[in-house]
Amino acid sequence: MRDFILKRMIAVILAFIFVYGFYVILHGHISPGGSFAGGIIVSLSFIAFATVYGIDKGKEKLPEKFLVWVESYGTLWYGLMGLVGICKGAPFLANKLAGIDLGVPGTLSSGGLIGLIGFGVGIRVASTMITLFYTLMEGDA
Amino acid sequence: MTTFLEKLLINYPYVISVILFFIGTLIILTQSNLFKKLLGINVMETATFLMFIAAGNIRGGAVPILSDTNAPYINPLPSALMLTGIVVSISVTAFALALILRLYREYGTVDANEIARLRNGGMEK
Amino acid sequence: MKIRHIFVAVVVLLALFGMLLMVAELPPYGSADNPGQNMVAQRYINDALEDTGVPNMVTAVVLDYRAYDTMFETIVLFTAALAVVVALKPAEEEGDDA
Repeated sequence: MRDFILKRMIAVILAFIFVYGFYVILHGHISPGGSFAGGIIVSLSFIAFATVYGIDKGKEKLPEKFLVWVESYGTLWYGLMGLVGICKGAPFLANKLAGIDLGVPGTLSSGGLIGLIGFGVGIRVASTMITLFYTLMEGDA
Repeated sequence: MTTFLEKLLINYPYVISVILFFIGTLIILTQSNLFKKLLGINVMETATFLMFIAAGNIRGGAVPILSDTNAPYINPLPSALMLTGIVVSISVTAFALALILRLYREYGTVDANEIARLRNGGMEK
Repeated sequence: MKIRHIFVAVVVLLALFGMLLMVAELPPYGSADNPGQNMVAQRYINDALEDTGVPNMVTAVVLDYRAYDTMFETIVLFTAALAVVVALKPAEEEGDDA
């Protein structure tokens, strides 16, 4: 009885949690939140799915090769964003000194490199939390 | 001339943070289960973050996001620096849990006194 | 309760009383002329909008003025996930030395 109620409820709520996590990551420079809190909210939806429906169904939806790919290239993305400043003659990880126009403050596409870096860090934190969950649940069996 | 108790009552977040820190210390020193010691470390870290973030507050101030208010903005620096500390706390907790799983596989128990006795007993033979 | 636990509790209570004597001497909580609200915080509040173009001051400090620290912190998170995966390899039988 408990499994039946949980499965029906989780199937409805998970999509809203996922979209809310992406909203918090993308609006990190307008409202409170930012990349770290948004990444953890996105990872919570997958962890709830894997807890209720079993680990095997969770691994079908997100195979481990995809998680390894996202995590490694997410760390490299941050370094590549910093090298944009060096290519234009400014210090490493420079935003305004490298000549990038900052846009209208208050809209979604403002801030130059801040939005891109925040998105990369957000999905990277989500994939780290899911990897830790898979490893700790599997090491017990 | 304010008394000692009135001075303590004005700084109530610092008092709560200090009491939480020593509760965490008591948990580490008296419990013998390894999972409970890990929870004590987490409580001590939470008390430290509370003390730093409460030190940058102004009564009646505004949230540090630019909008049209007349109140002074609070200090954004302690909140921004404690983000790094929270991530370090997560990493230490995850690695300690993995090590406790390895200990359970080797010795079959999660009691700190039992593990010490098993390791010393095996060494004297 | 063992005798050792009571001794430990008495020592911790003495240390707690010493720390409460220190907390009473701190500057009062929430006043606007604390030594913590000095010119460093004022410069970050005044120049955040025209240096970075985002109205959120905490994100501007974390991702623009101090982007170097955030880069190394993401490397720390990556190393922690790597260490957990390495420490929990399944138990294999070791080969015989013949």
